[in-house]
Amino acid sequence: MSGKHTLLDLTPREATAAREIALRYGNRADALLEILHDLQEHLGFVPEAALPALAKALNLSRAEVHGVVTFYHDYRREPAGRHVIKVCRAEACQSMGANELVSMIERFLKVKLGQTTADGAITVEAAYCLGNCALSPAVMVDDRLVGRVDAKKFEKIVAECRS
Amino acid sequence: MSKVFVPRDSAARSVGADEVAAALAKLGHEVIRNGSRGLLFLEPLVEVETKDGRIAYGPVSVEDVASLPLATAGAHTLRLGNIEDHPYLKNQERLTFARCGITDPVSVADYVKHGGFAGLKKALGLAGSAIVAEVTESGLRGRGGAGFPTGIKWKTVHDARADQKYICCNADEGDSGTFADRMVMEGDPLMLIEGMTIAAIAVGATKGYVYIRSEYPDAIVTMREAVSAAIAAKWLGANIQGTDKSFHLEVRRGAGAYICGEETAMLESLEGKRGTVRPKPPIPALEGLFGKPTVINNVLSFAAVPFILAEGGAAYKNYGLGRSRGTLPFQLAGNIKQGGLVEKAFGVTLRELVETFGGGTFTGKPLRAIQVGGPLGAYVPASQLDLAMDYETFAAAGAMVGHGGIVVFDETVDMAAQARFAMEFCAIESCGKCTPCRIGSTRGVEVIDKIVAGEDRDANLELLSDLCQTMTDGSLCAMGGLTPMPVMSAIRHFPEDFDKPARLAAE
Repeated sequence: MSGKHTLLDLTPREATAAREIALRYGNRADALLEILHDLQEHLGFVPEAALPALAKALNLSRAEVHGVVTFYHDYRREPAGRHVIKVCRAEACQSMGANELVSMIERFLKVKLGQTTADGAITVEAAYCLGNCALSPAVMVDDRLVGRVDAKKFEKIVAECRS
Repeated sequence: MSKVFVPRDSAARSVGADEVAAALAKLGHEVIRNGSRGLLFLEPLVEVETKDGRIAYGPVSVEDVASLPLATAGAHTLRLGNIEDHPYLKNQERLTFARCGITDPVSVADYVKHGGFAGLKKALGLAGSAIVAEVTESGLRGRGGAGFPTGIKWKTVHDARADQKYICCNADEGDSGTFADRMVMEGDPLMLIEGMTIAAIAVGATKGYVYIRSEYPDAIVTMREAVSAAIAAKWLGANIQGTDKSFHLEVRRGAGAYICGEETAMLESLEGKRGTVRPKPPIPALEGLFGKPTVINNVLSFAAVPFILAEGGAAYKNYGLGRSRGTLPFQLAGNIKQGGLVEKAFGVTLRELVETFGGGTFTGKPLRAIQVGGPLGAYVPASQLDLAMDYETFAAAGAMVGHGGIVVFDETVDMAAQARFAMEFCAIESCGKCTPCRIGSTRGVEVIDKIVAGEDRDANLELLSDLCQTMTDGSLCAMGGLTPMPVMSAIRHFPEDFDKPARLAAE
């Protein structure tokens, strides 16, 4: 039975998902960002194994697809925690104590920005502007924006993420 | 039960608008999710419809909902009176944001009832060149920050001969301190669709894209809903309102790259590629998306167009100062008591915006610096609060109006840290195509670290100034070209912050 698998056979789920999503966009190479977003929403990340299938579907080289995946901050190469919290580090939030907020968050979650908590519940990342600059400091919990964040509000967010 | 309005704007939602709306619905009220009025310091703002206009309460928390006397619109500690009479709103000149906060953002009927599509209706009966002439007459300049005359750009695309032309809206609003594009897309998206469609008719384009940053999930959802609604009502798509004009619009998501707010990087991204900057020439107006003539404008530029067509270019031109015509939706942000959106004619002073509208700092501590125009804009000291907001006045002061973002800092700000951050941000977000930006930003961080550490300060300050000059002169786009602006303005206006060890030693 062994010895006959190709790379695609070993990872049918990723490759199939990539092919299906690409097809939804008519296999158009200009839709690559949209395809990668959808793939990430579907699988939780953009697995290496999906890239050859994508390249083939869109008639691109693997290098071109790899180049796009690695250029954009949004695409993750490995799974994130169950929830992703983005913490704004840009100027408007800085003026309202974003740097102190980041320190507090790192102490509270016992991780650095870019890491996932030990229980796998939360990945915390830096963001550079969430467009909530009049209600700084801001964080985004998955797709939900939260303004005027302080320690108390943040602890409540974390409790919700872990429940 | 009463008809009440609770914004669906993400800033309002970020402080509890959804919970308030749910609580109001539970009490049996008819809840309309409108856009935000832009008085963000009062969000969640609840308005109740009465025969005397819309009476507002804010900021409302879930706990307050039960006590609001909505049936009578009567007294309450949170009662603000008729929202239209609120000085923050009343003293603005709202041309672009005239409807935002009043209507249901995705209701075509609501939009039309409040003057929507009047501009497009007029454009459908005009020759492309006549539309371009109207926009040129208005004096509108690109609201993304560069301030290039929109009419000239459109004329270039109009005059170009090609089998396909494109309209691209830059909604990659990555600058800290700006949120006006987001508010348009979440609060009055049909206006953006109308503006883009007018542009398409003017230059002869049939296909367009709105490139929205992925950090704006609500704007993406609302924009897509609005596109569907506009198509269903025949204001978008094939044979608009039964004419021979067609325009197909697609919403595209960015993927977290700040540089894609640069127009040529955005084009690359729209083509599905890495968002690296293209050298100019060729200009996008001649060789843009997929190599075809392309109009690229910011959200606010397109959003200004329906008014210009409906009321005439001269009506828009009547507002403003010098060569900066019309209005700019300013965004009051950061350490400010009354943050929000203030649309004023060019010529308003920074002081009026920050003090009269903004009410000073949020913390109540003295104001020390204001960054105007995003992360690539200058830090302006408190002594320059009387500068008039127009492109030329700011340029003459070594600063820029940019996209109208105003970020206030109180006296606790460390300007050397802000200068370092500007370089650090450039290092993180540089596309890597040109050397001054890619390498210069990293070297900039290192040199500032040395200056702050007191290492060879004078020589390193000179080196930093030289490095900044190289970045300004040699970078391919505004990312590397303008990063020196916040850095050098911080050194120029706040030299004491770069001299800390010396001061500590002296104390």
